[in-house]
Amino acid sequence: MFELIAQHPIPAALVALGGLAIIFGAVLGFAAIKFKVEGDPIVEQIDSLLPQTQCGQCGYPGCRPYAEAIANGDTINKCPPGGQTTINAIADLLDVEAPTLDEEHGEESDTRTVAYIREDECIGCTKCIQACPVDAILGAAKQMHTVIVSECTGCDLCLEPCPVDCIDMLPVEKGLADWKWNLPPSAEEQIKALRPGDIIASDQDSGDQAA
Amino acid sequence: MRKVWDLIGGVHPPENKHQSVQESIGTLPLPEKLVIPLNQHIGAPPKLLVSAGDIVLKGQPLAEPKGMVSVGVHAPTSGQISEISDYPIPHPSGMSARCVTLIPDGKDEWIEHKGTDNFRDKTPEELLDIIRSSGISGLGGAGFASAVKLSTRQPISTLIINATECEPYITADDMLMQERPEAIVEGIKILSYILGEPDEILIGIEDNKPQAYEILESYLEGTNIELVEFSTRYPSGGEKQLIQILTGKEVPNGGLPADIGIVCQNVGTTHAIQRAIVHGEPLFSRVTTVTGKACSTNRNYQTLIGTPISHLLEYNGFDQSQCSRLVMGGPMMGLTLENPEIPVIKTTNCILAPTEDELPTPPPAQPCIRCGMCAEACPASLLPQQLFWYAQSQNYERLEAHNLFDCIECGACSYVCPSNIPLVQYYRASKGEIRKLAAEKVNADRARQRFEFQKARKEKEEAAKAAKREARKKAAEQARAKAANTRTSTEVSPAATGATAKSSAADDIIKAAMARAEAKKASPEEQRAKLERGVVRAESHLETVEQRLQDLDSEATDKQREQAQAAIEDARLRLEDAQSKLKAAPEPKPDKAKEVMAKVQASPKEALEKKIATLKDRINVTEEKIAEAEDDALKAALQKGLEKQQEKLRDAEQQLTEAPAESTTAISETEDAAATAIAKAQAKAAAQASMSDEEKLRANVTSLQTRLKKAQERLIVAEEEGSNHIDALRTGVEKLQAKLNSAETELSELS
Amino acid sequence: MALLKLTSPHAHTAQSTADVMKLVLLATIPGLVALTVFFGWGTIINVFIAAAVALICEASVMGLRKRPVMFYLKDNSALVTAVLLGLALPPLAPWWIPVVGTFFAIVIAKHLYGGLGYNPFNPAMVGYVVLLISFPVQMTAWPAPAPLYPAEIDVPGLWQSLQIVLPFFNEALTGTVSGSIDAYTAATPLDTFKHNTGLLVEQLYKKDPLFNQGSWAGIGWEWANFAFLAGGCFLLYRRVFTWHAPVAMLVSLTLCAALFYDGGSSSSHGSPLLHLLSGGTMLGAFFIVTDPVTSATSNKGRLIYGALIGILIFIIRSWGSYPDAVAFAVLLMNFAAPLIDNYTLPRTYGHKKSRKATEKKDEGP
Repeated sequence: MFELIAQHPIPAALVALGGLAIIFGAVLGFAAIKFKVEGDPIVEQIDSLLPQTQCGQCGYPGCRPYAEAIANGDTINKCPPGGQTTINAIADLLDVEAPTLDEEHGEESDTRTVAYIREDECIGCTKCIQACPVDAILGAAKQMHTVIVSECTGCDLCLEPCPVDCIDMLPVEKGLADWKWNLPPSAEEQIKALRPGDIIASDQDSGDQAA
Repeated sequence: MRKVWDLIGGVHPPENKHQSVQESIGTLPLPEKLVIPLNQHIGAPPKLLVSAGDIVLKGQPLAEPKGMVSVGVHAPTSGQISEISDYPIPHPSGMSARCVTLIPDGKDEWIEHKGTDNFRDKTPEELLDIIRSSGISGLGGAGFASAVKLSTRQPISTLIINATECEPYITADDMLMQERPEAIVEGIKILSYILGEPDEILIGIEDNKPQAYEILESYLEGTNIELVEFSTRYPSGGEKQLIQILTGKEVPNGGLPADIGIVCQNVGTTHAIQRAIVHGEPLFSRVTTVTGKACSTNRNYQTLIGTPISHLLEYNGFDQSQCSRLVMGGPMMGLTLENPEIPVIKTTNCILAPTEDELPTPPPAQPCIRCGMCAEACPASLLPQQLFWYAQSQNYERLEAHNLFDCIECGACSYVCPSNIPLVQYYRASKGEIRKLAAEKVNADRARQRFEFQKARKEKEEAAKAAKREARKKAAEQARAKAANTRTSTEVSPAATGATAKSSAADDIIKAAMARAEAKKASPEEQRAKLERGVVRAESHLETVEQRLQDLDSEATDKQREQAQAAIEDARLRLEDAQSKLKAAPEPKPDKAKEVMAKVQASPKEALEKKIATLKDRINVTEEKIAEAEDDALKAALQKGLEKQQEKLRDAEQQLTEAPAESTTAISETEDAAATAIAKAQAKAAAQASMSDEEKLRANVTSLQTRLKKAQERLIVAEEEGSNHIDALRTGVEKLQAKLNSAETELSELS
Repeated sequence: MALLKLTSPHAHTAQSTADVMKLVLLATIPGLVALTVFFGWGTIINVFIAAAVALICEASVMGLRKRPVMFYLKDNSALVTAVLLGLALPPLAPWWIPVVGTFFAIVIAKHLYGGLGYNPFNPAMVGYVVLLISFPVQMTAWPAPAPLYPAEIDVPGLWQSLQIVLPFFNEALTGTVSGSIDAYTAATPLDTFKHNTGLLVEQLYKKDPLFNQGSWAGIGWEWANFAFLAGGCFLLYRRVFTWHAPVAMLVSLTLCAALFYDGGSSSSHGSPLLHLLSGGTMLGAFFIVTDPVTSATSNKGRLIYGALIGILIFIIRSWGSYPDAVAFAVLLMNFAAPLIDNYTLPRTYGHKKSRKATEKKDEGP
């Protein structure tokens, strides 16, 4: 055997290389099937981070189209309802630097609002029903309309088409059930509260959080 | 001696219990007003039963449970309801909630109530009902509805009575055990009976209550209840912790004690259950410890639910200048009250008014040095320092991976923290935030679903419209092709193709109908069998209806009889219809022409009507076209078409009028078959009663009037909707009007 | 008085972080005394210089970070770092050795990483390693234990020690060039073993005065280690830390040493007793390894952390180029601590098994 190889070095080398190629090919082929990565779920992942208000403030007709646009390279700071939290989450997902919200598309607001139809003023034109991206307005032609509060995303797309301006965006009232504890104030804030005379600035954002 | 397991972690803060056990449980004079919050527990708020101004008696329910996990409230004394309004309640938020304000009248007059002499006479379900209607919720901790906790599906092998009272300062349960051991033991027996006599009944008690232990032990002789003492260590009184100490078992994550065959009840709750079942007394008062150095006397009181805390403090020499904070509950888990007017609720086991020396204001938190003392103290074996780290950086994923939701918020970690970090607040805030995010996620998912559904719906609508357009275009093309073929022979101007296109569209419809008929023909045997079944069904239906008429005895009102007659008539018609259909149904080898004939025979009226309607439609369309058309040639061509159509229409109408007698009123009659049937029945009934001609006529007139009215209504509706049948309806109405007029004149001539 | 609105718990133990740090400082006193008795005033001088520099650095960094200076100075953490570094440095090292080391420890290793609680590496050990790598000559010049001084040389007193440590000061004051430390240095027990060729352990112990005047691991060194052990036991008793990390470290070091003792042959790496009681073993075990900020968090994790430090110490001592290895071993394991944490979460009540910190999916509601 050994002699045979020694006598015919070139065919032996070719056989050996061929054999290795077959073995590795088989291994790679097996791995490709066994450890197959499912599709490209990046759009799904971005979509799941967006607030789903479907407000279109980003310039796309809904959250999913915007998610698709981001996947295709659009900037991630066009979503005012999601605000900085959403931008950070998407930046985290895409492993990019988190930009600040693009003011062009609107401002972030702290309070959640829902649409409210002043029902005696409603003329039943169904324009808002057609504008609502999540079918959260009930009503029929010449009948009074009303908003299903639990389904309203607060996108305010219904305000503009209303011919009699009978829709208001009202902040959602916070009850006992919504109440939650806040994080305690930092030591600096506490010290400041104790001795209001001292001037103590906080560099919390650049200092502690970085570590 | 029973084996007890060690509490994992835990701390031993100064007990400070001796101050409040010097005197027996006292009672206070009635306060000026009682403010009873409706929702004092986890679960749905109860349904209010009273309104402002009502006079209520002691023990009268003010609100009844609504839903499964809900607890009612009862009037603690007699008096008048002054208002039902939002009032600050004991809650960490300091927010207000719905409360009933009761002004006691001082009579303390009981509502009628009675207890059960022997609880074993009742079934456990009945006892659970009493517990539920007595408004009993857990008096130890979160105030969960007791009846819900006791109605377990799993078999229970161990009943644990929690007499631990591990929090410093609180002695309410201790005093209760010392003073009312008999009632507690009876309560335990009731619980045991309800739970189907578990194998083991254990009372868990810490070794810092030797008096209660001795007294209780003397009452336990001859029972299968075991009193188990273990060393004092906070938080051994937590339900999960107590179960672990007494049985060595752990309540599985996300589960309930019942999942491992254990039910745990607080000793105070046990007492309340005994009161409710043996004495019929709902839960409207409890033992509350008033303690702390800012009060000159420290003592336990039998307190009415709704008593303002200021009332309790007032009778105990409260010095507000000494007091830095007011705590409801113990120093480890109690919540601070910003307002002493807040009322006592069912879970208020202690009012603690400490001085600044006792519970100093916490200094600012220092950085966490991860010393790990908190991890040593944690009874749930969590890593509080890591939780704090992630809570600070709001890394919710890691927090959940570190089992944040297994934290029972006992406060042992904060207690030992050398850096004075309010760890529990970090955890509470994080839990709240995670719950909020989860809720938002649910909402977002729903919004996404709705949005996508709407998108799909709109796409479908769009697709349907596009398909229609496509079909029309195709038909037009076909027509054009046809027209091109015939152009050579019959010099039709190109504009006329529009009209032919229309008619070819109609051809399409006919073709489709024919295709359908063909499909039906495909299985003639089946078709026949189906129709035969229909006939049999109709026959049997007729029989039952006739039977019903016979059953109606002489006393039955005319109206009933009429109804029955109408039903018979209806059934007969149906039978006829079915029979004719059967006849018309193709023989195994049917002739197409025959079939069509049969169909026409079966419902000539309907076919004609349909034809008329279609024709009218077409005429309308053509008329519109004429109006729009500018070219004279086109107009002429269209006019020609119109005339042809009108002719056809006339033919059809002619046919319709020539149809059997009843067809004269065909339109209105088919519109209102029931009315006809009724009219007929009325007529028959009239004949039976051998009415005079005059009466007959009168009846006729009335029936005509109703029919007219109905037809008019229909016409109005049709007009509003812009229906195609307006004309037909209008004719119907006119005819009816004429008939009615003639009938009326006849009637007037007669009389 | 307005009523406070606070979250529970309202009760609190009296012990504060500053108290914990004070306890640690207190526990170093026996070791400090033992070192002073055997190696002269050098250690005390080191500790004082380091403490002064640490406080200055801490205060200035806090000032620069615009934080309340006194509030953070009062937590005594900078002092602890300084004292531990001072104890680890060779006595009679020139003044700038503790200055540079402390500056590095406080400014670079602690505050540049975010300050107390945020530093991934033990600041004192960072300072020590920076010095050891940068100034190996000064850092390996240990004076001989006092009983081993030749008859003609006196043990340097406080004044003389100060003259050696602060030469410029002496020159300015007296105009004479002060004596050098070289006159007093001698090999440490670990050095002796490292450079031993051809002698059986027994022969070495008989021949070398370092061992034949001592009992187990070299005169002076063994007592200094006992003193640190005593201080550590005091802290254990006061529950400042748990036993897991130090015990694991000592046990693993002992086991390694026993495994490679080789019956006391000439290629032996020394007996377990030698390893336990010489060099910085006890100081490391009870004052460095137990540093909560940089060690593993769970008890299980601390066992692994400590044990691996013990093994690393033995490996570096035996086969590395530095005679002692506590600082390197600790820093290497500081790297590994987060990884250990990830896999050693304790089993939470009610859960069937413990989870990994990086686990994504929640296993239940």
